[in-house]
Amino acid sequence: MVHVDSKNALPKLKISGLGKRYGEVVALEPTELTVNAGEFVTLLGPSGSGKTTLLQMISGLTEPTTGTLHVDGRDETATPVHRRDMGLVFQHYALFPHMTVGENIAFPLKMRGAPTNEVRERVRETLAKVQLEQYGDRFPRELSGGQQQRVALARCFVYRPQIVLMDEPLGALDKNLREHMQFEIKRLHREFGTTVIYVTHDQEEALVLSDRICLMNHARVEQIGTPREIYSRPKSIFSARFIGLSNLFIGKVSDAGDGRIVVANSNGSFEARQENCGPLVNGKAGLVLRPEQLRPGPAGAGENDITGTVTEIIYVGSDTRLVLTLQDGETVSVRHDPATTLPALGDSLTYHWPIDVAVVVS
Amino acid sequence: MTAAGLSASPRTFRLRANALWLAAPAIAFLVVFFLIPVGRLLFLSIQGDTGSLTAEHYDRLLHTEVYWRILIITFRIAGLTAFFSLLLGYPLAYWLSQLKEQRRNQMLLLVLVPFWTSYLVKAFAWMLLLGNQGVLNRLLGGAGITDSPLPLMYNEFGVIVGMVHAMMPLAVLTMMPVMSGIDTRLSQAAGTLGANGAHRFWMVYFPLSIPGMAAGGLLTFITSLGFFIVPAFLGGRQQTMLAQLIIIQVQELVNWAFAGVLATMLLVSALIACWIYNHLFGLASLSAGSSTADKTSSAWTRRFGFALLEKLAWITSAVTGRFSQGGRGKILPGYVALIVFFLVAPTLMVIPIAFTSSDFLEFPPPGYSTRWFSLYFNSPIWISATVRSFGVAFATAIAATAIGGLAALAIARSRSRFGGVVFAFMLAPMIVPRIVIAVGLFYLFAQMGLVATNLGLVIGHTVLSIPFTFVAIAAVLKGYDWRLDQAAASLGAGRFQVLRLITVPLIRGGVISAFLFAFVTSFDELTIAIFVSGGLKSTLPKQMWDDMILQLNPTLAAVSVVVLVIVTAILLVADRLRR
Repeated sequence: MVHVDSKNALPKLKISGLGKRYGEVVALEPTELTVNAGEFVTLLGPSGSGKTTLLQMISGLTEPTTGTLHVDGRDETATPVHRRDMGLVFQHYALFPHMTVGENIAFPLKMRGAPTNEVRERVRETLAKVQLEQYGDRFPRELSGGQQQRVALARCFVYRPQIVLMDEPLGALDKNLREHMQFEIKRLHREFGTTVIYVTHDQEEALVLSDRICLMNHARVEQIGTPREIYSRPKSIFSARFIGLSNLFIGKVSDAGDGRIVVANSNGSFEARQENCGPLVNGKAGLVLRPEQLRPGPAGAGENDITGTVTEIIYVGSDTRLVLTLQDGETVSVRHDPATTLPALGDSLTYHWPIDVAVVVS
Repeated sequence: MTAAGLSASPRTFRLRANALWLAAPAIAFLVVFFLIPVGRLLFLSIQGDTGSLTAEHYDRLLHTEVYWRILIITFRIAGLTAFFSLLLGYPLAYWLSQLKEQRRNQMLLLVLVPFWTSYLVKAFAWMLLLGNQGVLNRLLGGAGITDSPLPLMYNEFGVIVGMVHAMMPLAVLTMMPVMSGIDTRLSQAAGTLGANGAHRFWMVYFPLSIPGMAAGGLLTFITSLGFFIVPAFLGGRQQTMLAQLIIIQVQELVNWAFAGVLATMLLVSALIACWIYNHLFGLASLSAGSSTADKTSSAWTRRFGFALLEKLAWITSAVTGRFSQGGRGKILPGYVALIVFFLVAPTLMVIPIAFTSSDFLEFPPPGYSTRWFSLYFNSPIWISATVRSFGVAFATAIAATAIGGLAALAIARSRSRFGGVVFAFMLAPMIVPRIVIAVGLFYLFAQMGLVATNLGLVIGHTVLSIPFTFVAIAAVLKGYDWRLDQAAASLGAGRFQVLRLITVPLIRGGVISAFLFAFVTSFDELTIAIFVSGGLKSTLPKQMWDDMILQLNPTLAAVSVVVLVIVTAILLVADRLRR
């Protein structure tokens, strides 16, 4: 992770009030985002959340309706796409089918008028970086999906753009290959020291790759932070639900004094720290608990607990998850402690958690 | 089909595995009325008076300079026509391919209507435009730009203008699907990699559109080789083409052997063009739209081509850099408007002339009347020709749709390795020049007593229409999801119910448009009609041809308008049904 040390150093990319409308339809509300040099930022959100629109406006393929975009302090809002020093990796690679792998990678260098010798040398070097030395004379269709993806990455990194934009680049690959390519992308990012803005709807991918995540929903930014911040301190019910598995107790909030608040609903009332409570609307809120935060056994001092019957036992390989159904039918996911024996369906179990861990959002 | 279904009805399974039998009527029909007549015509060229094999007719061709000249003229005109059709049609095809699908379908009518407009009507319109007393010369003279009329007709210029006008829609319709198949993201990708507009076009878009250009060039070239209507009316003696020579040999000199020689030349030329195309691009790309060129062309030519395109891109960006952004955006729409005007205006001009009150073909007409229409409607000759054309077209459409449709079903349902051969055979009447088929059929019909009969016309027109109905129905079946049939069957529908409730409703649009295209093909057809119909048994195009050779008159304009209205109406219906 690279941080800007000096206070007056300019951010690599600064977006102010950037928004897009198509007639009455808002594709992206005016948005603020600052990205530092060398940072890996992910735009994460469900489809229609505006993440691709934002990426396309950064790349210059889509013109914004409002706002500005600065790169290194220069206003680049009106710069045409081919004059921006950015690279874009497309979802379906967009490799030129009539050019060989080598010609594809040489293309951006030629467009910049690089001398032939240098082009040849840089292409060779970059092919080696993505382990495709032998494939320079092949055509894209003769390569596998993963290989095509590596060519797309090579074509983008070969001209060392200051900012690389990636639009769900791994969406078309199967799970194993995707994990391998995530590793590859991280390595390229580290080796070239490039600033990367990455779009995905896969929260796991975002957690693995990013320095920071920009979580988006309904054409606006929901929360920006490091993966750890967003996971442990979600700012909204949407954030809590979208990233990681979470249990939510929605209820009325009241002040319990002593820096504590209480969220109450038909399953009971649960305490949480005032400092872990975000701004609330209408006094209603959700208490967020991650499954691994719940431990078997009844509550002790400074703790809350719940009791329910086991209605599902889900084996997910590394873990076994239990689904408890509470009195009023609400369900809670907990992690089964592998040291203990597996309960049977219908068993009644109690789980507890310290009040410090719960986060209250609306 | 499920395993249970298989064991329950082994007969239907066998029928399905051999679905190619459904193509049997089409194969039999084309063998008798296409393969054999054309083969015999070719054989006549190597047959002496006594029936022995001889090369004397070819000897005559080799040693007669005038025939060589005609051969060269034919190639020259066909080549120039293909070249200009591609050059002028490319931006129009590009513009169409960039439109959103719904709007593109609307705009496509601007090309489809000229495409299906009768060649005779088009030739008639150009005669009115280009003649010494024609519209253009009057306008130029009236404006004081020229003192004496410019020679616009009865020369190569007139022929090329008429041919390009006739062929460009075909070029555009062939290029457009390939162009709209080009992934727009590739251009965007090139943009993010630093390519400006000129580089994006020349280095990415243009090379990907080459298969479409090659297919368009091939089809316009082959069709032009066998063309005779335009050179007959707009050309002079120096622009006589091979097809015209064949007509003279058959109708005036009754020299079958030599007609056979000329037909062989024509056919061989067309086949060589196909062979070259297949060698470079693969015939598959005619329908698939994907290039296989990279594999066959050597690395050296590729590299040379790319270097050339890169140069073109640098030059273009240097030139266009001088224009303002706003100015550049207007060039393409302006050009498209101009080309559409070139395609549509000449035939539209016929309409006011048809309503003239004058005895002469003047534009603009001095006054308006419907006298030429009443002349047409009161003429037994014209009305009988019109009625005959309708009847023949209707019978042709039914026959061609049934025969071609079954063949298309056979191809869609069969996994036989002969499928490709049958496919090619069904399209063959499109590749073989019409004049060759017509003369071959004339020879056959003369022996069968089918000359000057409606049946002969229907048979001939069905041969020509089968490729169209076959392709139209095969296209719908290709996109048809056969699992829907299985789904319906699994939900309890019987075989007949599946056909009635699922299959037929889903492919109906394709079948009806196939029917209408066959109808228009027959309604407009002249080549076969020239030989097979005649005298009191004329079709409408044949009657027009005879009249146009004798003398141009306003009745022809009225007839042209009738033909235009009928064809346009049919096209609009077909277009409506396709959506």
